[in-house]
Amino acid sequence: MNVPLHPPRSSLEELLEGIWKQNPVFVMVLGMCPTLAVSVSAMNAFSMGIATTFVLVASCLLVSLMRHLVPKEVRIATYIVIIATFVTVVDYLIQAISLAVYEALGAFIQLIVVNCIILGRAEAHASKNPPLPAVLNALGMGAGFTLGLFALGAVREVLGAGKLFGFALFGADFQPWVVMVLPPGGFIVLGSWLLLFNWLEAHRHTGNEGTRHA
Amino acid sequence: MPESLSSIFIGTLLANNFVLAMFLGLCPFLGVSARLNTALPMGAATTFVMLVASLCAYGLNWLVTALDLQFLRLIAYIVIIASAVQLVEMFLKKNSPVLFRALGIYLPLITTNCAVLGVALFQTAREYSFLQALTFAAAGGAGFTLALTLMAGLRERLNLANVPNVVQGTALSLMLAGLLSLAFMGFAGLGAGE
Repeated sequence: MNVPLHPPRSSLEELLEGIWKQNPVFVMVLGMCPTLAVSVSAMNAFSMGIATTFVLVASCLLVSLMRHLVPKEVRIATYIVIIATFVTVVDYLIQAISLAVYEALGAFIQLIVVNCIILGRAEAHASKNPPLPAVLNALGMGAGFTLGLFALGAVREVLGAGKLFGFALFGADFQPWVVMVLPPGGFIVLGSWLLLFNWLEAHRHTGNEGTRHA
Repeated sequence: MPESLSSIFIGTLLANNFVLAMFLGLCPFLGVSARLNTALPMGAATTFVMLVASLCAYGLNWLVTALDLQFLRLIAYIVIIASAVQLVEMFLKKNSPVLFRALGIYLPLITTNCAVLGVALFQTAREYSFLQALTFAAAGGAGFTLALTLMAGLRERLNLANVPNVVQGTALSLMLAGLLSLAFMGFAGLGAGE
């Protein structure tokens, strides 16, 4: 939302912004609801990431193409309807491809509509840029979101169930850390990741800056 | 098997708390919970919008099913929520300017609160009757307000504590939310399960 207008950037920069520098999960801390709710297992996290990326890219492309047509006063309403349309498409697609995934994700597929990352990207980037950079940026953001979800889901699945993508990692003696797959685990694992990033950042500029998230 | 109204209420308020167990409405939960005096009006406004949204969603779902247009359901929901928020805003501005000013920017932001859309979607998925849906919305809103208020109280206290620099900010809020969520799991035996 508070991304300033940059001078023209290369395609690579556009793509990489979302994956690392502005990672939606770890740096901007956006789209928390699906992030925490769905990241119980690596597979769930991965499917959710792909679904969100698809909606993000498609919506940003359409918003960017329509950027001169939509009057300023109704732009948010227009974006929401565009996003809702693509979410409906994804909802039916997932239902057709894998019923198991559809049931695991439940209402959270439809809740992609209110994921602030998508509306934020449409408003802050796609509505001001031509289609190609808009799509690249959306692709990067989607990849960054998927990566963040995966990092969360994998840790929670390994600790909470002793598995990764459903394959058992440890012997039969492993005592699963059940709290990790329950709601509190989501908060704690994400908090720990942020802690790690804060710590790394603080170590990079030793002494200068310790707090990034004001 | 029809769930009783009281079990829906208690279950949604405590055991399946919207914020702490179902992860709905986390953005305002982390954003607005810094101070107690903003937490309460925010919770009240959200509860009100949830009730309106639940009412509209119930009617819409009936209409969409009757016309066999289920694929339009999501779009219809989001449009109705956005217009409901707009209506509430206009109504408050005209009839209670004091409350309107107190809520300020939070009112329009309720549109993108996933807890509101969550109410509409979950009540549809669970095929609640009209009264059940309203109870669900009221309990969801009350649960949201409860979580927001508890969190705000804790964070006001934390401001006085001496915390290492790296832990400050979102990381600490998330850890705190984790502990709160852990505490709320103690209620799991009370209400009806999933």
